[in-house]
Amino acid sequence: MAELVKLTIDGHEVSVPKGTTILEAAKQIDTLVPHYCYHPGLSSPAMCRLCLVEVEGAPKPLPSCVTTVTEGQVVKTQSEEALGHRKGVLEFYLVNHPLDCPICDMSGECDLQDYVHLEGRKHGRGIEPKRVFGRDDFGGDVLFYGDRCVMCTRCVRFMNEVEQDECLTVVERGNRSVIDTFFDEGLEGTHWHGNVVDICPVGALVSKDFLYKARAWDLDHTPSVCASCSQGCNVLLHTRDNLVHRVKPRENLDVNAWWMCDHGRLDYEWMNVGDRLEAPLVRGNEGTRTAKSWKDALADLLERASALDDKSVRAVASARASNEDLGALAELVGAFGGGETVFRSPRAEEEIVLKGFPTLARRTDLAPNVKGAGLLGMKRVGADDATGGLESVAGHSGIVVVLGDALADQPEDFGSKAGLYIYLGTHDSAAAQAAHVVLPITTHAEQEGTFTNHEGRVQRFWPALEAPGMARPAWLILGALDAELTGEAGPQTAAEAFAELSEAIPALGGLTYEDLGTRGAVAGTKGAVVGTQGAPAGAAAQAARG
Amino acid sequence: MAYPFVSDREVRVVSTHFGDPLQRRIDTYVERGGYGALKKAFGMGPTDVVDVVKSSGLRGRGGAGFPTGLKWSFMPKEQTKPHYLLCNADESEPGTFKDRELIRWDPHQLIEGCLIGAFAIRASHIYIYCRGEFFEANQVLARAVEDAYAKGYAGKNIMGSGNDIDITVHQGAGAYICGEETGLMNSLEGKRGQPRVKPPFPAAVGAFGMPSTINNVETLCAVPHIVSNGGEWYRQWGSEKSPGTKLFCVSGHVRKPGNYELPLGFPLSELIEDVCGGMRDGNALKAVIPGGSSVPIINAEEVARCNLDYEGCVAVGTMLGCASVIVMDDTTNIVKQVRRMVDFYAHESCGQCTPCREGSAWTAQIMRRIEDGKGTAADLDTLMEMTQEMVGTTICVLSDSVAAPVQSAIEKFRPDFMALIEANEPAGVAYHG
Repeated sequence: MAELVKLTIDGHEVSVPKGTTILEAAKQIDTLVPHYCYHPGLSSPAMCRLCLVEVEGAPKPLPSCVTTVTEGQVVKTQSEEALGHRKGVLEFYLVNHPLDCPICDMSGECDLQDYVHLEGRKHGRGIEPKRVFGRDDFGGDVLFYGDRCVMCTRCVRFMNEVEQDECLTVVERGNRSVIDTFFDEGLEGTHWHGNVVDICPVGALVSKDFLYKARAWDLDHTPSVCASCSQGCNVLLHTRDNLVHRVKPRENLDVNAWWMCDHGRLDYEWMNVGDRLEAPLVRGNEGTRTAKSWKDALADLLERASALDDKSVRAVASARASNEDLGALAELVGAFGGGETVFRSPRAEEEIVLKGFPTLARRTDLAPNVKGAGLLGMKRVGADDATGGLESVAGHSGIVVVLGDALADQPEDFGSKAGLYIYLGTHDSAAAQAAHVVLPITTHAEQEGTFTNHEGRVQRFWPALEAPGMARPAWLILGALDAELTGEAGPQTAAEAFAELSEAIPALGGLTYEDLGTRGAVAGTKGAVVGTQGAPAGAAAQAARG
Repeated sequence: MAYPFVSDREVRVVSTHFGDPLQRRIDTYVERGGYGALKKAFGMGPTDVVDVVKSSGLRGRGGAGFPTGLKWSFMPKEQTKPHYLLCNADESEPGTFKDRELIRWDPHQLIEGCLIGAFAIRASHIYIYCRGEFFEANQVLARAVEDAYAKGYAGKNIMGSGNDIDITVHQGAGAYICGEETGLMNSLEGKRGQPRVKPPFPAAVGAFGMPSTINNVETLCAVPHIVSNGGEWYRQWGSEKSPGTKLFCVSGHVRKPGNYELPLGFPLSELIEDVCGGMRDGNALKAVIPGGSSVPIINAEEVARCNLDYEGCVAVGTMLGCASVIVMDDTTNIVKQVRRMVDFYAHESCGQCTPCREGSAWTAQIMRRIEDGKGTAADLDTLMEMTQEMVGTTICVLSDSVAAPVQSAIEKFRPDFMALIEANEPAGVAYHG
């Protein structure tokens, strides 16, 4: 445990570890000192001069982002002097800012708007013509509006310190300073540049993908987990009108800190794709499919199952399905008569590591729950592009269950020899034509559940979108079937489904949703101190800088 | 030697050989007793050298006036990392032209001072950061360093003493801010010339992350004389708190502008009237900037009671700075004068800190509008209030340097501003009366 330092901030006594900055210490009394250049994940150049506070005994106002606390220090963040300095500095920010908030993507979530409304002058005194830089395409997903820039250089420092690919720099000096790329070499081809849009405190760096798509205040934010690879980056899905409009990283120092890769960030359109399966479809004897109610469809399914002699199961699962879904599938396979469950998942050739935060990488497993499927004893089959490997399932004569795998590479007669072929998916598939029952399920964006990431961290996600038609979470469907077969009551909530699974699988060690919280917990560590919610990467960068 | 004007009031210590081209040659320099102080210093040991400089009371001649011996004593005594001595020869304060002359006329005096300083702080490498525009000075210095190496006054085993000290002359690329000590270090390291946040101070983390001390050219030039003659000898000139002599760079509307070495505490009025031959064409004195363009401007009444040492200047509300005395007669339009200086700072602001980046350019815009006859009385209030937010709110003091002349000019020469505002006409071209 680090040595504690006691100080007084705005009349409140605060104890923080030695080496903490005043800005971070003030967060303990719920005071956020306005700032632009400071970011906990980056070094602090103390150049925006907005976080000035009054410290008793100091001859000048001090930048709270680099001034570390000392024993007995008396800090005033809201005194007349401190507020006066910040008011003055904020006026300087507006001297050349275009105030084009009505057409700015950042409007509504802009630190310049917020701080000027909070502490700035009511009326500006600047009547001089403003400096004009115009717009520049930085490559990749990033567009630069030079006039809005507040010169905090967070983007430059992110590329230098975290991605460690020096693509951005400040050119010129004085108020002609502007962020720029080197000649024609922009951000194209770098893998983490979307983060510079996130950390830009104003609308200077905006996402081309999101440009003019929605106003910030119209978006709902739902905590979720990125499903692009097995890293399990914590994200927020920003939605409006039941569509995901963008994905933003959610802070979790144990997984992704403040960052996420561009592949994951831009991998959301699939959640919005229409043409979904919306009702259970039951195949009649003459081969036509009829939409039925859930009750009728499941009754039909159970009747067909009970008539079978060969109740051995061959199941195909998906590493994109939640732990709850996979657990319910495993239960059902057991209830039917036992059998083997396989899954397929694409593999990238190499990891893309974020050099400045090396525990974060775009992992080679390009699905969120490969580890979870493995913990449940499911066997990975097929090639690295997630094709093939299903020969033993395709011609199985007992029960075939497919959960979440679209079977895009499989022929139309897939499962045609099966006594009962159950297909659970979001979209119809050519290889589902032989299925006796086709059941519509939800995507992870439409249901509650958990994924287990590459290091065994179980993390929750929440429903961001409404499911189409009659689609239901797979765990609910499979749990109901299991209940009918075994006579035991099935889970009614995702939390119950997870609790049952957690009891059954020793590796999960009895974890519950309460244990997971919003940041997750590593499987098998219940009761132990988990995680390293400690020194942010910036502290290390600061130390290296001396 | 006539260079270009001399005065019998001068006390020449560092400028003794101004105007004598022979002094640049190492043989002449050694013949005249050069490098004797270095030899003496090697015999004394680092701690004693620091003590001698401390006892002389020598203060930094770059502008801040920090006691040199004290600064040297901040360096770690235990040498766990390489130490560096940096010589700030990036003289770029408007109105200053002393370091250039010291390098041009007496480069070995500087080299000897650097070597003694390096020995005192246990540094094995000296970086002389010389302003890029000083082509001649750079050539003279480069030649002198080469000669010093050839004659064994630099490099390995200097004069058989066993001390190894290397010298690198680095040419700046023309930025005012690279004369700020930490900006200079960043520039030297190949980074953008932006001042660093202090702490850590250079004595702990300086150039290349190593303990460093940075001194002005004139400071280091005085060191050999102090080591040779002792601290008490240096104290025979100047005052208790500001001992010694100082080069005064006088420019502007005097009959004989130039560099004059005078004891500190010399009355400003005598400098103008006696040493510099009075105002040109018999015009009346209007204003003086006594320490380079960054310091507050003073009017004729304040000039009359100003003594040129660190305390004397503070007493009349200004600063000695680097003693660059800019004299203006009554044909001067103060608004134009100040606007020109603010333009300079707006152009030279490194752009890191917001108050300076935006404030200096904004100040220049308002000043230009007033000069164009389109100003209002409210602009003066805006200027006074806004520049106040540029004082003490930034990493370095460049933005304070914008505020000082603007605020002092508005306070002391308000009629000049009001005349332009009320006449509603541009100030026109410069007077040539």
